[in-house]
Amino acid sequence: MTEPVLEARGIVKRFGHVEALRGADFTVDRGEVVALIGDNGAGKSTLIKVLSGAHQPDAGAILVGGESVRFTTPLDARRAGVETVYQDLAIADDLSVAANLYLGRELRRRGLPGRLGLLDKRAMQRGAAEALAELGVRIPRVTTPIAMLSGGQRQCVAVARAVVWATDVVILDEPTAALGVVQTERVLGVIDRARETGKSVVLVSHNMPQVLEIADRVEVMRLGRRTARFTTADATTDDLVAAMTGALVTEPEAAEGR
Amino acid sequence: MTGPSPSLDAAAAPEGLGARLRERFAHAAAESTAAAALLVLFVVLSFASPHFLTADNLFNIGSQTAVIAIIAAAQTLVIITKGIDLSVGSVAALSGVIAAITVRDLGFDVWTATAVAIAVGAAAGALNGLLVAAARLPPFIATLGTMSVGRGLVFIATGAVGVYSLPESFQLIGNGEIAGIPFAILVTALVAVATGAMLSRTRFGQHVYAMGSNLEAARRAGIPVRRNLLQVYVLAGALVGLGGMIAASRVNSGQPNYGIGLELDVIAAAVIGGASLFGGQGRIAGTLIGAFLIALVRNGSVLLGIDIHFQQVIVGLIIWVAVYFDQYRRRRIEARG
Repeated sequence: MTEPVLEARGIVKRFGHVEALRGADFTVDRGEVVALIGDNGAGKSTLIKVLSGAHQPDAGAILVGGESVRFTTPLDARRAGVETVYQDLAIADDLSVAANLYLGRELRRRGLPGRLGLLDKRAMQRGAAEALAELGVRIPRVTTPIAMLSGGQRQCVAVARAVVWATDVVILDEPTAALGVVQTERVLGVIDRARETGKSVVLVSHNMPQVLEIADRVEVMRLGRRTARFTTADATTDDLVAAMTGALVTEPEAAEGR
Repeated sequence: MTGPSPSLDAAAAPEGLGARLRERFAHAAAESTAAAALLVLFVVLSFASPHFLTADNLFNIGSQTAVIAIIAAAQTLVIITKGIDLSVGSVAALSGVIAAITVRDLGFDVWTATAVAIAVGAAAGALNGLLVAAARLPPFIATLGTMSVGRGLVFIATGAVGVYSLPESFQLIGNGEIAGIPFAILVTALVAVATGAMLSRTRFGQHVYAMGSNLEAARRAGIPVRRNLLQVYVLAGALVGLGGMIAASRVNSGQPNYGIGLELDVIAAAVIGGASLFGGQGRIAGTLIGAFLIALVRNGSVLLGIDIHFQQVIVGLIIWVAVYFDQYRRRRIEARG
């Protein structure tokens, strides 16, 4: 069996006296979409932040491709191939679609102009247009400012940016929470394309039917730990809800104790 | 929101020249409006006063506006980062009097004095930048403090008396000419082109917009936001120092009271030209248009014999209109999104 592309083992994270993660495990295999679900306060967001380098765990290990890593900043995680899209859109409204796709990774012109910091806007526009087309994201033009796009288009751009730059894993925190039905479908379409290109996607969601529709597997968190794992083919909404409320446990070693 | 609208969302794109122009205009509505107003005012004044459309008068307007334009460009950089710099008037005065003092007491020439003025401005900018980026004070408060400290230092340095007895050469940068074109106008043009290109064409400029638009997004994208903020304030301070030097040079003296209220003029110029106090928006070209619009209102009022105090009223009205259109546009865009 090949190593998981991203794995968390026994992650503990405390905030003062509150223990948000109490030895949480999490596994992502290559090319799969894993849904991470759990009730409010179960520790999903904290785990995501640990996996993306925004929080440092107090104990436990993160492994990328079987190798133990330490993410002290989000930049470390990104360098290791893990890109995250947070709930609050991390895109700049006043910048164009292309500028947002390349934000922090702008292409510079060759030679002296490039050394002076001059941007190669054409190359970025071309690259952005190609990347978006490949992911099936439809926007008017890559030069359009984000502020002029619909909520769904914005979210698609944010997700697409993560997919484009992630070499291994894209983490999406509630990517469709604020979206309508059609717009949600578009975002899910981008997730599908990402999987087709061999990238793994971690999807945090509260929407059970959506989870069953898009994900290959589901991992359930409860009280700071992983308490259940399912492959979506074998799971029902009732199973997921039961696991979230603690009525169903498939990971006994994690759920016992405190 | 009235729920998803499949037909609209699924529609590929409003293509074609019309859509592109609409988008372009919507994104720079304030700037376009200000440019149109500037053009109209220019034409009206050309017909209304025989003295307006003369090289002398135009160069005069250009030279008078040079200082405000340069400092407004500096202000624009700061405003795009969602900041504001209230200290520009004090810092310009400080730079001007210190430059004048170095010439009077140390015998510096005008160019060395200019370098000194720029350095003083940059130092003040670095102070602002550290207060904002490192001590994390709100820009309004940080620069309010610098405004007060700066003015205090001006009075301490000069004993609240103007710095006079300067050689005529001190006037070179403010009143000199090259090939018949006022030097101050050339410097302004150079500053405008350089800062404009920096903002629109370089990676740094892109990051300035990104930080003002969404600081958290910029940080998460790996942009060194604190260092960049510091750099913006230092650069702005240097430009303010240059402006202060030109202002001092124009009156061949260091004036401790120079620049009181200047921050309001340059903020007005930037805002009229489309810079948004909410950050992320603004262009040097727009700010120049704003600065010249204000200058034309002033100049036109003089030429047409309108009460001098009425100018202030007109400028205030322009600010209201400019910001109203900006808000109106933003609301419309948000309603669509």
